Amino acid sequence: MANIITVDHVSMRFNLAQEKTETLKEYAVKLLRGQLMFNEFYALKDVSFQVERGESVALIGRNGSGKSTMLKVIAGVMYPSKGSVRVNGDIAPMIELGAGFDMELTARENIFLNGAVLGHDRAYMQEHFDSIIDFAELKDFVDVPVKNYSSGMLARLGFAVATEVKADLLVVDEVLGVGDFMFQQKCQKRLADMLAGDTTLLFVSHNSQQVRELCSRAIWLHHGVVRGDGPSAEVCAAYESAMQRGEV
Amino acid sequence: MQDSQQSARRQSIARFRKYEPLIRELVTRDLKVKYRRSFLGYVWSILNPLLMMALQTVIFSYMFSSNIPNYPLYLICGNTLFTFFNESANMGMASVLGNSSLIKKVYIPKYIFPLSRVTSSFVTMVFSLAAVLLVMLFTRATLYPTLLLFWVPLIFEFLFCSGMALLLSALAVYFRDIQYLFGILTMAWMYATPIFYPIEQLPPFAQNLMKFNPMYHYINLFRNLVIYGNIPGPNTWIACIVSSVVMLGLGLWVFRKLQRNFILYI
Repeated sequence: MANIITVDHVSMRFNLAQEKTETLKEYAVKLLRGQLMFNEFYALKDVSFQVERGESVALIGRNGSGKSTMLKVIAGVMYPSKGSVRVNGDIAPMIELGAGFDMELTARENIFLNGAVLGHDRAYMQEHFDSIIDFAELKDFVDVPVKNYSSGMLARLGFAVATEVKADLLVVDEVLGVGDFMFQQKCQKRLADMLAGDTTLLFVSHNSQQVRELCSRAIWLHHGVVRGDGPSAEVCAAYESAMQRGEV
Repeated sequence: MQDSQQSARRQSIARFRKYEPLIRELVTRDLKVKYRRSFLGYVWSILNPLLMMALQTVIFSYMFSSNIPNYPLYLICGNTLFTFFNESANMGMASVLGNSSLIKKVYIPKYIFPLSRVTSSFVTMVFSLAAVLLVMLFTRATLYPTLLLFWVPLIFEFLFCSGMALLLSALAVYFRDIQYLFGILTMAWMYATPIFYPIEQLPPFAQNLMKFNPMYHYINLFRNLVIYGNIPGPNTWIACIVSSVVMLGLGLWVFRKLQRNFILYI
């Protein structure tokens, strides 16, 4: 089967000093002290893996281990400093739900806007409009500006838009904590349904329970290095025991 | 090599088509949000230039005893075009920074943001052309057949402003001070453009210098077509074409160079 994601020796370097220098004065001071450009930090170090079409893969690891950076490189938001990433297919990113929402606009208008952000035209979104509203349970609030929404309502709408559209690769960054228990169940069910279809899932989490339920394979990142790659049960067990020993 | 270049070009055209709906959505968003909750709404696009023209006519006809025929029409033509430039350049400049939350999370061709901003300013300007027409009818100006070509200078200006917005939005990511600097620059630019005075009033060296001001050429072309009913000679056309194409090219080139590292600075 064809690979949908090919990550080839990817390194991601951040220049900490560079990022913090915001004014000319700071820049001059740092230049004089010779502190500029020295604070290199690797968020990812020589990471390689492949994901096949239809697989469901989790990226696990502690905070700051490079999971989200990896996701952003795959989503095409960041360019790797070294190496390359190839993705064959459409990506539906769910890195933050409702990232493209405009607070002044109503839910109806935002659905079309967010759909366009994901690369779908009006006609396509019109077709899926009703089922998005149904899933988000927002029938009575369609024409209310979303600035009046609660955060749960916003997240529901964001999730509904992002998962309604058909994509080859669904990239999910710890967004399943949205809404109440009932809605979370619904979200998990929808993800499972999508997986039963042809969609590939890339899922970031540090909740190994969720990972075991949703994903067949897990990749464990530790300080930007791959420390484990295999069936999710095994990798999760290794990750948990390492955490209990206080190693990570 | 040529093959890969060709396929890259085909790919970027395909990508542009894919995100075409996004430009439309962003433009409608801008227009909807602009006048949302204001009582008169879109009427402001027409009312605002009219009020501005009335005010300036009163003030400037005292200050300069110029003998421009149909001064209100002269003024509103210049103002309409310059307001478009001012609005699209300033809003376009902030467009990449303003959409940073989106750029950090979803892959979108980033030039879409300045481009959609310029387009929405352009649509606002098209609305306010109704004000120009009202003034023409009200002052009983002669309606020449060249009036039908009114859109030509607007297209040139649109290309110029797109290049400007691309350039400024990319630079603003790295040097945010540009946002403040450019405010002053547009003010100077406005005074350096014959909007409320005739170019003949300037000393000869300043008149020569004016040939390097693209805004002068667009406004001049527009006025010639709309007010005076004549089609200017080749020099004006060459100036319009060259300035708009060069600016657009420069904007695209700089934006392409800089956009890779936007994510690290926004």
